[in-house]
Amino acid sequence: MANSVDFNLSPIMELELESLREDDTAQDSMCQLIRVTGTGLESGSPETLEMEVLTTEGRDRMASQMSDVRERADERRLQRSEESMQTDLLVRNRWSAATLRVLSSMPSRSVGQQSRLEIISQCNIRSTQLRRYHRQNQDVSLSSRPRIRGYGIEADSEDVCEEETKRQELVINLQSLSAGDRVRMMRATPLSLAEKTKLRKLAFSDKVGQSLLSSQVPCCSLLKRALYHVLFGCLFILSSLQLWQVALKRLGGRFGTGVLSYFLFLRTLLLFNVFLFLINSLFLVLPQAIHPPLHTPSSHRVTGLELFTGTGYLSNSLMFYGYYTNSTINTSCRPDEATAGTGCGTTSDPHMMAYNIPLAYFFTIGITFFITGIVLVYSMSKSFGRSFRVFKSQGNLAIKVFSSWDFKVSKKMSVRLQSENITTQLKELLSEVNGGEEEKGRLSGMALHLLAWSISLGSTFFCALGIHCFAKHMHLRRLEDAEGEVSLVHEARLLALPGVVSCGNLLLPGLFNLVSWMENYNSPIVRLYVSIFRNLLLKVSILGVLCYHWLGKIAAEPEQHGLQCWESFVGQELYRFLLMDFIFTVLYTVFGEYIWKLFSQGVLRRRRKPVFDIARNVLELIYGQTLTWLGVLFTPLLPAVQIIKLLLLFYMKKSSLLVNCQASRKLWRASQMSTLFISLLCFPSFLGTSVSVIYTMWTIKPSSGCGPFRNLPFMFHSGKQWAQELKSTNPKLAWLNWVHSCLVENPLFLFLMAGVFLMVIYVNTQVLDGQRKIISLLQEQMENEGKDKKFLITRLQAIHEERQRPLSPSSRPQPQGSEV
Amino acid sequence: MGTTASQLRKDLLSEYQWRLMHVFFRAHKRFSELLSKEDRNLPTPRVPMEKVLSLPELKSNPFRKRICHVFSTSDMKDGSLTFEDFLDLLSAFSDSATLEIKSHYAFRIFDFDDDGTLDGGDLEKLVNCLTGETDDTRLTTEEMRQLISNILEESDIDKDGTVNLSEFQHVISRSPDFVRSVQI
Repeated sequence: MANSVDFNLSPIMELELESLREDDTAQDSMCQLIRVTGTGLESGSPETLEMEVLTTEGRDRMASQMSDVRERADERRLQRSEESMQTDLLVRNRWSAATLRVLSSMPSRSVGQQSRLEIISQCNIRSTQLRRYHRQNQDVSLSSRPRIRGYGIEADSEDVCEEETKRQELVINLQSLSAGDRVRMMRATPLSLAEKTKLRKLAFSDKVGQSLLSSQVPCCSLLKRALYHVLFGCLFILSSLQLWQVALKRLGGRFGTGVLSYFLFLRTLLLFNVFLFLINSLFLVLPQAIHPPLHTPSSHRVTGLELFTGTGYLSNSLMFYGYYTNSTINTSCRPDEATAGTGCGTTSDPHMMAYNIPLAYFFTIGITFFITGIVLVYSMSKSFGRSFRVFKSQGNLAIKVFSSWDFKVSKKMSVRLQSENITTQLKELLSEVNGGEEEKGRLSGMALHLLAWSISLGSTFFCALGIHCFAKHMHLRRLEDAEGEVSLVHEARLLALPGVVSCGNLLLPGLFNLVSWMENYNSPIVRLYVSIFRNLLLKVSILGVLCYHWLGKIAAEPEQHGLQCWESFVGQELYRFLLMDFIFTVLYTVFGEYIWKLFSQGVLRRRRKPVFDIARNVLELIYGQTLTWLGVLFTPLLPAVQIIKLLLLFYMKKSSLLVNCQASRKLWRASQMSTLFISLLCFPSFLGTSVSVIYTMWTIKPSSGCGPFRNLPFMFHSGKQWAQELKSTNPKLAWLNWVHSCLVENPLFLFLMAGVFLMVIYVNTQVLDGQRKIISLLQEQMENEGKDKKFLITRLQAIHEERQRPLSPSSRPQPQGSEV
Repeated sequence: MGTTASQLRKDLLSEYQWRLMHVFFRAHKRFSELLSKEDRNLPTPRVPMEKVLSLPELKSNPFRKRICHVFSTSDMKDGSLTFEDFLDLLSAFSDSATLEIKSHYAFRIFDFDDDGTLDGGDLEKLVNCLTGETDDTRLTTEEMRQLISNILEESDIDKDGTVNLSEFQHVISRSPDFVRSVQI
């Protein structure tokens, strides 16, 4: 840092500067000085740097006499470093008035003073570039590198007129842009409102009518504008209905963006489920509800336990797969005429609407998964794009200082807490930069890490194994129970497996926390990632074991497990799991967090309340959503259950947060974490469920006793059958059959898609590499420009000082005043 | 406020995307609440800085005075705001403002001496605002000096000892949280 040139104004020079500003002749001459200097340097010969004498010289002489000693020392230093002027940077205490004048009017410093002019000029450049881009006009040669911009310096003398001309130029530029570009440009310009209205009036005063719905415009743009209005109308209604906006603002104000990201993620999941629910109910549940199939009514005692186990009267309801018929519903049929397998007689009436339930089932589930997948990938890529930075720089102290203040936080306590956070982080970062990391006993550190990892992996493995054995045991017990009579206890036993799994889900993360507290991680981010990874591994292994159990064992041999309708059973299991998960979360929130707070404040005597564990809660949400997605195929109404669960969870977590917890002291990189959560939702969760759903549809034989696919060898055959039917009845639509066989049955399509995907990724990686190289080149260039600037300033100062040297033998002609 | 007010409203409405309409009317309501009774009849009423600082969002913010000064268009530089200034403030801090606008205004807020660049003095005042008022949270002189030199090393690309607007925007562009954190 000793290499930087000190351009700070000393108090004496500030006063001089003020007096200089009022002197017009001085300003004139300074401008000429710069022009001469500029041209002189361009031509490259030092002799042309001899300038016209200025009237400021008198002032300078007086000023220089005040610090003669320092000047002589400067001169000596100047002589010494004459050779290495370009690279050696001098620290100057006193610049001459001329140099300071130049410095203060440099374009890079004129943000605050000539703000409007500078902004308008910037806007000008950008709009010209935009226009050039649109018209691909190669003649306009605008250098995008801001070298010595002429207007920045001329502005001193002709301030107001310059602004007017610049404004006129900008107005002309704006008028030549398209409407969309114009709006975007105006939005992105940091001018004040008054300026913008003025510009608008000037730019659009010649247009007929200022309202957007002008009738003189051609019809297609009118249509476009009408469409925009409709769209904005819907958006407006949606945004004013924005769920929980006030509550979220309060939470963000008190706890910061980290905790807020959890609730925003919850809201996103809610929207996904609402979408699933709407589509399912519209295409699947409603048609079936209007035309209920005939089935033998079985006698079920109505006990409250059915709500939890999903058995009893619920098992033959719309909730589960077994209820749905495998026939085509005809709308003119009366329910009592419908018979299984044949529909209501022949469809001789052409006005009847036939609704093929199996086909609807297959395509609804498939299409909802497809759309959900696309939306997930899109939001993941958008979030990734927002948080990924092409050029990773060395330090992040500057970023921390400039961008760590969260302006949303408004309560006094939270503001104080935030200040403390920032102080702690800054001190930590400073000490890191200073001392580097101490070499703690590396061996013992490694051993500790190894121990911790073995504990967590081992506990995960044993948990999964335990669940596997317990599930097998429970099935045997169920078989025994099924032979006997149905009793309450037997039904309650169905809840045992979900209960055990939820227990494991609750307790093992606590163990992981303990283990990671034992280890010592160098950075909190690494600790967070490790903890997320361990939790994720636990949940993936549990779900993997369960899926293997359901799809691999039960679905393959349903008779061995005594089931007529294995899909309904799996649906019921998933329903039970979701419910038990919710119950245990409620219990944990109410008892666990509250009791922990009492414990930590009473027994451990900590001053602070416990901290909301964001990572763990988000993983719980992802787990619940995975269960929902797994169960949609077997339980079309499961999203409704998840919606209710999420709504209740929101209010519960909010009140628990306000009562029990407080804002975290640790840094929480909100946008990187949101990216991580969305990608966790997409990759292990959604990908896993879509793989299992596809596996179910393509390879598992549906049960023959119930459900919409009961006569088919595989579920996707419903689509195939329909396509073949179409081909036979309507030869014109034969291409649909071909499309169907290509897309759905042929694996080549998947390989092609994967290949295209990989290609796109490769191209993007190469582009990124290129961008990185360009950025480093540009940074080098900028440093060189900085060195040029310093060289010019020091040269200017040196020249000026030379002229100051009294009684110089090579005396120049007398001062001639200011002349061009 | 009569016809001038409704005229003003129409102009301003056309300026903003109209999905902010409900925000606009809420802002107007809050602004009117800050005005005293006699000021309400003026054509362009100004709210003095003390009243603006009493807003709950700004009350505890360490940058509140700078915010008022930056958005104020008063000739006396007393930090008072008209309704247009107030709208400017809300729009710059809204979640639909672009990164460019936010970084521009943030730069002006952090520029305590209004000289167009962030030099050592500005940075020191900025860090003091961030770390709070109490003594136990402030940095020591040595730490402050080191922090400022590190900041300048990281962000001053042309090595002139100050951070100008372009360098500031370059630093900010590396932080994805900036847009979200500069919101009220």
